[in-house]
Amino acid sequence: MSLRVTGAVAERVLAQLRRDPRTLVLVLGVPCLLETLLKELFAGRSDVFQHVGAPLLGLFPFVTMFLVTSITMLRERTTGTLERLMTLPLGKLDLLAGYGIAFALLAAVQAALVSAVAFGLLGLDVAGPRPVVAALAVGNAVLGSALGLFFSAFAQTEFQAVQFMPAVVFPQILLCGLFVARESMATWLRWLSDALPLTYAYDALAHTATDTFDARFAVDVAVIGGAALVSLALGAATLRRRTD
Amino acid sequence: MNAVEIRRLDVVRGGTPALRSLDCAVPAGTVTGLLGPSGSGKTTLLRSIVGVQRVARGEVTVLGAPAGSSPLRHRVGYMTQAASVYGDLTVRENLRFFARVVRAPAGATQAAVAAVSLEAEAGRVVSRLSGGQRARVSLAVALLGDPDLLVLDEPTVGLDPVLRRELWRLFHELAAGGKTLLVSSHVMDEADRCDGLLLLRDGALLAEGSPAELRSRTGARDLDEAFLRLVERAAA
Repeated sequence: MSLRVTGAVAERVLAQLRRDPRTLVLVLGVPCLLETLLKELFAGRSDVFQHVGAPLLGLFPFVTMFLVTSITMLRERTTGTLERLMTLPLGKLDLLAGYGIAFALLAAVQAALVSAVAFGLLGLDVAGPRPVVAALAVGNAVLGSALGLFFSAFAQTEFQAVQFMPAVVFPQILLCGLFVARESMATWLRWLSDALPLTYAYDALAHTATDTFDARFAVDVAVIGGAALVSLALGAATLRRRTD
Repeated sequence: MNAVEIRRLDVVRGGTPALRSLDCAVPAGTVTGLLGPSGSGKTTLLRSIVGVQRVARGEVTVLGAPAGSSPLRHRVGYMTQAASVYGDLTVRENLRFFARVVRAPAGATQAAVAAVSLEAEAGRVVSRLSGGQRARVSLAVALLGDPDLLVLDEPTVGLDPVLRRELWRLFHELAAGGKTLLVSSHVMDEADRCDGLLLLRDGALLAEGSPAELRSRTGARDLDEAFLRLVERAAA
């Protein structure tokens, strides 16, 4: 690992994002819009908004960063820049860590903004500390980035990469416990739910909403971190210096 | 002294042989042209030399070390056929990024921009440039870090004659300074600008030697004709 190269990659990815104001507006604006929509949708039932508002706030960055990262990495593969980088003194981990840092920073801005809107304007409330919600959002973004890096290896075109979003992200959202409590799921679905990292991300957010920081919360955080590391390692394994 | 030595190299791509038991060498301090029609295996050979091609068999030695080994990553500059630079960054931003990766000294980016005559475009976003300009950005990146071996895949495609001549002058200047250049092209009129040539056809080496040698060996007036005669001879 080299700090110089990692820093260079992170700075470059951020410079590319700055050049793309439309994407930035979408990444930063859409979660705020959706959160507002949610609030209005349940205008007559504020308990529902209070129940799902915080978990959704924490899950948005996961979805966005999954997409942004998988497309960016795919571009790196298809335009030949990855091949060039592989001939240079650059470690695979430098590249992945650089991406991770850049997208975590973007996620931090996204989380801060949507938190400000939800807590400040929409009257969302959580029993636990609000910064924990934002911190979990950033952690989920890193997890989303790591998964995006890994799955981008299986896409040859941007069309395919976009399809990985519903394929990889939607089942996790459906099964994480947000729509149907996990206790009332069929056994096999609950097992599936147990195996998916987003389940733990949702659970951690739900614990923050109710201010119940028990052992289960610690497990959740450990699983999010562990899953991100495993995905990064798998992602690194898909970066081959030599290809056909 | 050879900068690159290749022994019995076999490469298989997509189930078909791309390079077949190839033996060749690139002498140090020269501009060597890799010529051959499209699909002859030029890019595969260049990729093998920079160490990004999976090879089936054989040995590729670059500057005394196995191709692709980590000490070489500071010493080999590679320009891919498609301009492998970031389209959403400016010329300068691209160069600054790659300069940091290869630990090029301060001032290297400016020198590289000047070497490919892109000073006026340095502040422009690469995706807005013409194809030829993009290729030159890519070439400038390969020059960063002062590599001992430059592997350039069709660096002059789409350039006007004046620029082409300037780039070939640059290649010879670099070679005079002790660098080795391996330059691929599918245009025969560029072959005459090289010190040595490797002629590739169907994944095998058809001939190697200086342009003058190849002409006298075949009795041909120009290299296009020399290439044809070599093909006919090989078929006979």
